Amino acid sequence: MSKQRETELYRPGETLAVKVWRGNANGGGFHAYTVPSQESQTVLDVVTWIQQNAEPTLTYRFACRVGMCGSCAMMVNGEPRWTCRTHVKKVIGDKPLEIAPLRNLPVIKDLAADMAEFFDKWTAARGQFQPSQSRDDAMAAISPDEPRRAAANAAIECINCAVCYAACDTVAANPGYLGPAALNRAWTLQSDVRDDAFAERLDAVSAGGGCFNCHSHQSCMTYCPNELNPTASIAGLKRLSAFSYLTGGKSR
Amino acid sequence: MIGLRLYLAQRISALVMAPLVIGHIAVMIYAVQNGLSAVEILSRTQGSLWWGGFYGLFVAAVAVHAAIGVRAIIYETFGTHVRWLDPLTWTIGLGLFLLGGRAVAAVVL
Repeated sequence: MSKQRETELYRPGETLAVKVWRGNANGGGFHAYTVPSQESQTVLDVVTWIQQNAEPTLTYRFACRVGMCGSCAMMVNGEPRWTCRTHVKKVIGDKPLEIAPLRNLPVIKDLAADMAEFFDKWTAARGQFQPSQSRDDAMAAISPDEPRRAAANAAIECINCAVCYAACDTVAANPGYLGPAALNRAWTLQSDVRDDAFAERLDAVSAGGGCFNCHSHQSCMTYCPNELNPTASIAGLKRLSAFSYLTGGKSR
Repeated sequence: MIGLRLYLAQRISALVMAPLVIGHIAVMIYAVQNGLSAVEILSRTQGSLWWGGFYGLFVAAVAVHAAIGVRAIIYETFGTHVRWLDPLTWTIGLGLFLLGGRAVAAVVL
């Protein structure tokens, strides 16, 4: 949207037309609200205003409000976004601002999606760090220039907001697929020289619902609020798994 | 649902197919440009181990590659139960191999 168009549509001091999805796992629909416009107003500000002034029973999730905790992601005008860092003037269009719970996840109530499946898959991809040393060992000396560390660093800033999971069409079509966040996490650990579960994790990410299901649509990369590239991480896992198999590094 | 072995089979069959597709297109252009008749084409292909091997390998690679690709499309489009995917993949692959093999046999034997 051009700057001029943004200015035409966004008038602080007036009001915003907003539609918020309300309901639960059994279904629901959009409810219309009118919210005062403010300068530098975020989508999370809009939701909070509705909850505090118009609809006290509106359920949503947030914590830090500064883009660190990853808990406030929602669908905004049909696209997944971190709402605390999404300014209304960036997303407003001709129609009412439409806010809904994250795609590809079950709804608990209103704007709160059930994240259990998301984190279960994170665990299924062996997203836990497996230490190779005890607290009595000396701290591992790792140069930031070391290639594997550089690969991990490029993908490490994930806040688990599930924006990529909601954006992924493969997740939508293939419910068993682990998804971009879990596989991105696995890639950071496969690149971590301190980790001790390389072979087990490679088995986990190359099984039926693993990295080989990714079609490289790159929606995860397009929508990741931290500008990470999970598609590249998944491609790295495909390379690792394939070469490991072909060179006899793993049994599957 | 695509695992490691299916992924590798699809990528390796693609590697095999790439030069064969180029060779096939080149042969088609040559045949059309030179105005070869069906009789002239058959006189070159019948009894030829080279053309039998070329198109036989092509058909085998297509059968593997397409069966795995269609498996993913069917699963993601219709949500087919996982237990049906392997029989479905084999059926598509064998069907393509038999159809293609029949065509190769028709011009080589």
